[in-house]
Amino acid sequence: MTSFSPSSPVLLVRQLRKSFRGAPVLKSVDLAIHQGEIACLIGPSGAGKSTILRCINFLERPDSGEITFFGERLCSEDGNIFHIAPERTLQHARARMPMVFQHFNLFSHRTVIGNVMEGQMVVLHRNRDEARDRARACLARVGMLERAEFYPDQLSGGQKQRVAIARALAMSPALILFDEPTSALDPALVQEVQGVMRDLSAEGMTMLIVTHDMRLVKSIATTIHFCADGHIAESGSPALLFGDTAPSRIQSFMDAAAH
Amino acid sequence: MYNFFFFEVPEHLPFLLKGALVTIELSLISMVLGTALGFFLAIGRLSSRRLLRLPMDIFVEIMRDTPLIVQLLLIYFSLPEAGIVLSAFWAGIAGLTLNLAAYLSEVFRAAISAVDPGQKAAAISLGMSPVAVYRRVVIPQAGLAALPTLGGYFIALLKDCSLVSFISVNELLRHATIVISDTFDSMNTYIMVAIIYFVMSFVSARIIRHIEVRLAPTNRRGTISVPLTMDKEGAR
Repeated sequence: MTSFSPSSPVLLVRQLRKSFRGAPVLKSVDLAIHQGEIACLIGPSGAGKSTILRCINFLERPDSGEITFFGERLCSEDGNIFHIAPERTLQHARARMPMVFQHFNLFSHRTVIGNVMEGQMVVLHRNRDEARDRARACLARVGMLERAEFYPDQLSGGQKQRVAIARALAMSPALILFDEPTSALDPALVQEVQGVMRDLSAEGMTMLIVTHDMRLVKSIATTIHFCADGHIAESGSPALLFGDTAPSRIQSFMDAAAH
Repeated sequence: MYNFFFFEVPEHLPFLLKGALVTIELSLISMVLGTALGFFLAIGRLSSRRLLRLPMDIFVEIMRDTPLIVQLLLIYFSLPEAGIVLSAFWAGIAGLTLNLAAYLSEVFRAAISAVDPGQKAAAISLGMSPVAVYRRVVIPQAGLAALPTLGGYFIALLKDCSLVSFISVNELLRHATIVISDTFDSMNTYIMVAIIYFVMSFVSARIIRHIEVRLAPTNRRGTISVPLTMDKEGAR
């Protein structure tokens, strides 16, 4: 079913549940991401933040709940029957909301430009020239064009993550999912990735970011969702959640994160 | 003192080389078919469906736990009783292929399992279909990882081909026995045969090594190799 108006959320998640071997990880997650929004999912380790992202992208199959992307139901419940959209629909949705991973996950047998061209040619069926032009533009956007012919193992962590961002950008995404994009980087390299993400936010890219990097959250988030114990415990603007009137559990989390 | 100067054998050399050509032919055909079958066996054995996995597991176990020579004899001499008649050459190909495929399925299974699951997740997250993930991400990397072992199996296959002489395929060793029956010079003939096998194996090993080096990602043409430390500096 497709019904999307500009005021509708790009991504709507309702009562999402997921268990691993009987242990509930997501108990009931509700989330709405609007066009141009930069939503950051924060919270303690093990709260289920990355699982939310992986369920939205269907890298993990949710147990129940509803996910709607651009008005299209990717999964829903009809009475007691949990229905997941056909694989082709999921593939089409994934191409429009690619994911950037903590450990980059670049294709090690492809060059930098090959990594950025791959999804375009295989999924979007762009021809080689078109894909190369787009890849070069995306690599230039993240400052990696000069490394286009390098292989991933010849790059630093920060450079790999910038290539991973370019690979996602090349898909002309409506939303980019980031799973702890700076967690695997040493402090010196965090800034180059933060810089790229700040540029994307300034350009109006819609992003859903799972992160522990509070500096990144403070600098780009338009909405913050605090995840605890398998659900979204608090949501609000940075001013609200990081201000003096912030709920006590967020304040304790922030204090812990600062140390 | 024994005469080691190959007085009579050289005139039989073209005949031996003709046998060697059949050995190469057997090896190449069996390698291609065995690689393809081994790959499909590996995919099947990695399947989560037990019904698909079980028959393949049983096949691989049977082929690995019985001698190749027995398999060849069964295919050539016993299958006709079941109505399946193959020429000596194709019976040899069938035996070598099935045996090789069983071993290669293990090689491919290990190589496929070794591909970084994160890269598969990245490919899926870009919207690739499961077939595309295999074709574009898993197989190129697994193939590269399996190549050195594959090379080793090819050289072993080249030598295993001598076993098909037992089912009267006119390959190198069978030609050698014909030469011996003519010259009664087993010493020089077998030394000559050993030299031919050595040359074939040695050249194959060099070619495989060359392919490995050419296909290694960082050795491909056009790649600029820069030490990581320099690379980091350049980024700042």
